[in-house]
Amino acid sequence: MAVPVFAPWDDPTQKPLIQFKGVTKRFGDFTAIDNQTLDIYTREFFALLGPSGCGKTTMMRMLAGFEQPTEGQIVIGGKDMKGVPPNEREVNMMFQSYALFPHLSVWENIAFGLRRMNQPKDVLEARVEEMLRLTRLTKFAKRKPHQISGGQRQRVALARSLARAPKLLLLDEPLGALDKKLREETQFELMDIQENTGTTFVIVTHDQEEAMTVASRIAVMDEGRVIQVATPSNIYEAPNSVYVADFIGDVNIIEGAAKRAGDGYDITWAEGVPPLHTRKEEGELISIPDGGKAYLAIRPEKVAIHTEKPQGMTNAVQGRIIDVAYLGNLSTYHVRLANGTMVRAQTANTRRLALRPFTWEDEVWLSWTDTAAILLAE
Amino acid sequence: MRRLSWFNVTSLTLGFAFLYLPMVILVIYSFNASKLVTVWAGFSTKWYGELLQNQAFLDAAWVTLKVGVAASTLATVLGTMAALVLVRAGRFPGRTLFSGMIYAPLVMPEVITGLSLLLLFISLGVDRGVFTIILAHTTFAMCYVSVVVSSRLVTFDQSLEEAALDLGCSPFSAFRLVTLPIIAPAVISGWLLAFTLSLDDLVIASFTAGPSATTLPIKIFSAVRLGVSPEINALCTIMISIVAVGVIGTSLATKRAAQRQKRDEQAAARAAG
Ligand SMILES: Nc1ncnc2c1ncn2[C@@H]1O[C@H](COP(=O)(O)OP(=O)(O)O)[C@@H](O)[C@H]1O
Ligand SMILES: [Mg+2]
Repeated sequence: MAVPVFAPWDDPTQKPLIQFKGVTKRFGDFTAIDNQTLDIYTREFFALLGPSGCGKTTMMRMLAGFEQPTEGQIVIGGKDMKGVPPNEREVNMMFQSYALFPHLSVWENIAFGLRRMNQPKDVLEARVEEMLRLTRLTKFAKRKPHQISGGQRQRVALARSLARAPKLLLLDEPLGALDKKLREETQFELMDIQENTGTTFVIVTHDQEEAMTVASRIAVMDEGRVIQVATPSNIYEAPNSVYVADFIGDVNIIEGAAKRAGDGYDITWAEGVPPLHTRKEEGELISIPDGGKAYLAIRPEKVAIHTEKPQGMTNAVQGRIIDVAYLGNLSTYHVRLANGTMVRAQTANTRRLALRPFTWEDEVWLSWTDTAAILLAE
Repeated sequence: MRRLSWFNVTSLTLGFAFLYLPMVILVIYSFNASKLVTVWAGFSTKWYGELLQNQAFLDAAWVTLKVGVAASTLATVLGTMAALVLVRAGRFPGRTLFSGMIYAPLVMPEVITGLSLLLLFISLGVDRGVFTIILAHTTFAMCYVSVVVSSRLVTFDQSLEEAALDLGCSPFSAFRLVTLPIIAPAVISGWLLAFTLSLDDLVIASFTAGPSATTLPIKIFSAVRLGVSPEINALCTIMISIVAVGVIGTSLATKRAAQRQKRDEQAAARAAG
């Protein structure tokens, strides 16, 4: 039986929960967000990914109501949010600094938002207890924020923002302060909570692995603009630009001149060597005029390494190993091609160390299939 | 521990003697049995008893207390509001002028403040009395409160207030439930500072007090002009004790709170690690 795929963005009958319509935000004459149009759907776990200062927090603050767009419109649940103050939005935010109230206990921090809803006392208490259980904080309910550890504080912040069961939860770099192991655990916890509560999450992160792990879709941002919005696998396998390819994971970029040939393009990239060939996949919209500048993006794990020239491979190039990075389960070979271009090839270490045939200064051949590389125009 | 050198011991002794010897003499002579201030005639507490019988002093003390509490409370409210505007409002036309004007009375000679208030009250036809002293003390004490409170607000993490808004508070309840409890220590020290300033103000009070209201400093000053009496010494000793108890009490409380916080944080770090 086929499991229905969660992809409301491909379904034209779905109405988005959040719509950015041509939103621009300026601080003085600095443009933090530049003419942004973006749809986010109910129950999505949507990640904003980008380098520091690209405007991620600004996007969140406009959703929460702390900043107003200079131009354009933000619609949440079909309602224009212009002039709606933060306390009248069904949106809650988990702050980058957690912003726990230092004078209140963990219990009172979580109850704070509920008290503003005029609920009966027993309903409120039950909800707080539920949140404490969900975030495994029951033991710490009576402590003040400064009496618990960083990881526990982060869970209090999460519980507090979830307590009001908002339509939309905004998480601004929620796991930044945690060490790697705790961060990974918490990522799965977040995904569980998101699934169980059915809340729409928008998460800000500058950690691409984190975005890949948790998100249903990722928006890669640069200097106030979203460069690409796609599912994690599409962002990785089909980036729309060198910027995105380079930002997500490791990538080799080979620059050259493109020319239509057969089922795709031939890329002339160096003197005296055969051009590289890449097949054009069905549905790929890219079109480059003959002789136009193009970039081939190839993930290191898709590059095979050989001692002899491989037979029958469309793309094979020769080079010399400059460096070997041994990562335990993987090894990355840094290979310099004849024209100076560096290409990385990654192999899984399925054999023990002594048996592996490549080392520094070896002359080697690299190859990849004609569908492994992505052709990019910019 | 390093031994103190002779030079250090000497300067320490001289410094403290300079600061505290006058007060020590005053305290000692308040227990003098003789009516003559400069002649020691044995230990006695009779001047304290006489002080309690002196209706004029008691009246002045009562006025001082009323003025102090009312003026410092008003000054705290107004000063805190001014601090909030100055720290929070960002840039608005005339901000620099406004903040300069808030702080100017700090350096204004008291005589000028007092005189200008006097002229104001006269031109408005306000009868001088407790009410006018309260207004005058509020005016100059609120500058001090606003300095104390704004220095706390500068380091106040504004995302706390945003979190309160985010969780459904109106701006006013966010202030009442989050900002105010957190900056309370600064507001309280602002109040104490205002109270102390009001307690020992002589100049401004003399300008703005009417015949119907005399504060303790005015009373003491006019009494001393007729010669220092042991009663005055007793009164001053009481004032010194009140201030000393207040200062020592607050500093002990702050120290205890800081120690507790440190202990808690260490415990949390241990629990986490
Ligand atoms: N209140 C503000 N006033 C002026 N500039 C701001 C303000 N808030 C953010 N910016 C600027 O906008 C840009 C984007 O900031 P931000 O959204 O916080 O980035 P990110 O969260 O992606 O690191 C930064 O260059 C920052 O300096
Ligand atoms: Mg940020």
